[in-house]
Amino acid sequence: MHYLPNIIFALALVVGVGFFVRNIKKLTRNIKLGKAVDVSNDKSTRLKNMTRIALGQSKMVVRPVAGFLHVIVYVGFIIINIEVLEIIIDGLFGTHRIFAFMGGFYDFLIGSFEILAFLVIVAVVIFWLRRNVIRIQRFLKPEMKGWPKKDGNLILYIELVLMFLFLTMNAVDLQLQELGAAHYVKAGAYPISQFIAPLFDSVGESTLVIFERTAWWLHILGILFFLNYLYYSKHLHILLAFPNTYYGRVNPQGEFSNLDAVTKEVKLMMDPSADPFAATTEEPEGEPEKFGASDVMDLNWVQLLNAYTCTECGRCTSECPANQTGKKLSPRKIMMDTRDRLEEVGANIDANNGEFVPDGKQLLDDYITKEELWACTTCNACVQACPVSIDPLSIIVEMRRYLVMEQSAAPMELNNMMSNIENNGAPWPYNQMDRLNWVNE
Amino acid sequence: MSEQLKVKTMEQFMAEGKQPEILFWVGSAGSYDDRAKKISRAFVKLLNKANVDFAVLGPEESSTGDVAKRAGNEFLFQMQAMMNIELLNGYEIKRIVTCDPHSFNTLKNEYPGLGGKYDVIHHTQYLKELLDSGRLVVEGSEYKGKRITFHDPCYLGRANNVYEAPREVLKKTNADLVEMKRHKQTALCCGAGGAQMFKEPEKGDMDINILRTKDALETKPNIIATGCPYCNTMMTDGIKAHEKEDTVTVLDVAELLANSL
Ligand code: SF4
Ligand code: SF4
Repeated sequence: MHYLPNIIFALALVVGVGFFVRNIKKLTRNIKLGKAVDVSNDKSTRLKNMTRIALGQSKMVVRPVAGFLHVIVYVGFIIINIEVLEIIIDGLFGTHRIFAFMGGFYDFLIGSFEILAFLVIVAVVIFWLRRNVIRIQRFLKPEMKGWPKKDGNLILYIELVLMFLFLTMNAVDLQLQELGAAHYVKAGAYPISQFIAPLFDSVGESTLVIFERTAWWLHILGILFFLNYLYYSKHLHILLAFPNTYYGRVNPQGEFSNLDAVTKEVKLMMDPSADPFAATTEEPEGEPEKFGASDVMDLNWVQLLNAYTCTECGRCTSECPANQTGKKLSPRKIMMDTRDRLEEVGANIDANNGEFVPDGKQLLDDYITKEELWACTTCNACVQACPVSIDPLSIIVEMRRYLVMEQSAAPMELNNMMSNIENNGAPWPYNQMDRLNWVNE
Repeated sequence: MSEQLKVKTMEQFMAEGKQPEILFWVGSAGSYDDRAKKISRAFVKLLNKANVDFAVLGPEESSTGDVAKRAGNEFLFQMQAMMNIELLNGYEIKRIVTCDPHSFNTLKNEYPGLGGKYDVIHHTQYLKELLDSGRLVVEGSEYKGKRITFHDPCYLGRANNVYEAPREVLKKTNADLVEMKRHKQTALCCGAGGAQMFKEPEKGDMDINILRTKDALETKPNIIATGCPYCNTMMTDGIKAHEKEDTVTVLDVAELLANSL
């Protein structure tokens, strides 16, 4: 009976972490539905990017207000998690404040956690105001209706509750320490919760213990819940920002991939010595390769990782020239659609014993329309703006490739432009022999 | 107006058994578009002035395929690229300069993977080189006291991180360089890229070039400087839409420098 709390705690931990591992497995499986892509080059730049952009938050501070607040929440999140380690050990072994032996250093740690917790509360409140009262434009675009809006607020509420639980727990603990209650060692510094403590002045010791235990349990259960909430939320970025910035673009932003499958065919067409029949006999096994992307499986796995990493911050969309001038295109929506469709495909696989059964839907048309795709100027503003190295443009281009090469579905004017290039080597209908006329005009 | 320009083709260089210092990739716009042709001429005027031994491909040049690639037609792009690469490699071209950031980007970044490896630079970078080495010297002060704002072309700036070269060339004209609120990394597109130049825009409440010229007009410029033939068209149209064509002109960096010598 004495060990009951320890056992319950261990169980909660196993269930919480177990679910989390299951989610991560599903996530990895879904990302691996994407095509292979070579990301083995330039490891040192990749490491630098990850350190600078994910760890160092370098792109967040481009917008100073949001950036600064985000750094607070981010640092708070990481540092306060050291406290979680203590909670876990205490929970498993029935100890209390196991790190208290560190003395002065422990006081310093707890003291700084408290200050950070307070700052996190302030930041979270401002974030909430920005979303709901100041109503900053980029949080109000059409793709933010429904779950994405709720998700954004829920995260803030959860963080707020967790911070309050942490501070309440400390405040009651402080009271108990001062009463000299058994088990409650005198340890820690409480620069913030000392102001909450007086609220509990008239409460008796046994009730205080109940309060303390309740706050303690809710705090750790809340953290386990939050861990499992990630998979369903834009908050997944706290984990994926790291791999995503590592695997993100290292080449110049203007460089689009050259499709290898096309290179093979073009070489064959241009090589006068190639035997036209040889090509047909060595036709690769199975279906010929599809050009471009009409569904998530046609994208590469980094693009799918991108989709899961998206924070839905809308910095891309707010910089997008098409979006700013009232076009339907929103690079954030491209990422959100990709994630939603990927989730749908994942659920389909789960429901059909690991096999995807065609559902008559795809990313193109059912999620992303041609009108959005053709509005893009390929200006890279979205790529530049993204704080976690996401490349919405590469998905747009991949889908245009499908439209043009598999469906011949380019807008008419573009078809004219392309046949001009085919016929006379320029996007306009001029004679190639006149290419030098400008010299004498 | 035309003073005689000295332009030799690669074919002529070959016949003389010589190699040029650099190949000027004129590009389709620079060859055929009435406005862009003037930019090609201004650039060549500068090359002549600096005694640069350069060549063009003339009728042998063909679209880089860039615009086809951005539109999604990878086939057409690679056909064009391979044809051009065969030609360029046949001539053993080492160095290429172009006034078109789109050609610059694709030649520099996308041709190498298909076997075309050259040292490719934008004309603003080359002009800076010529100024730095003293081969070009600014003597006039045509633009002294004039306010010039530079519009960063997406495929020069964000795409390839070239921000300083055009500005340094512009400073040499003795004009007052004023920056738009969004410039360099955060510059707004002119609206022409990604094959938009060749089609009507999708439904919206404004054309992109109108918004971008608004940015430019806020700096109260006398001149909007560009480094791309497509930006030039877009900004010129934008100025007209704002009914400012009498007070604000749109000129390429090469034209501004050519007028300043
Ligand atoms: S690249 Fe396309 S989607 Fe991205 S900002 Fe530019 S126009 Fe918008
Ligand atoms: S793609 Fe990047 S910039 Fe755009 S919403 Fe997602 S995280 Fe933000």
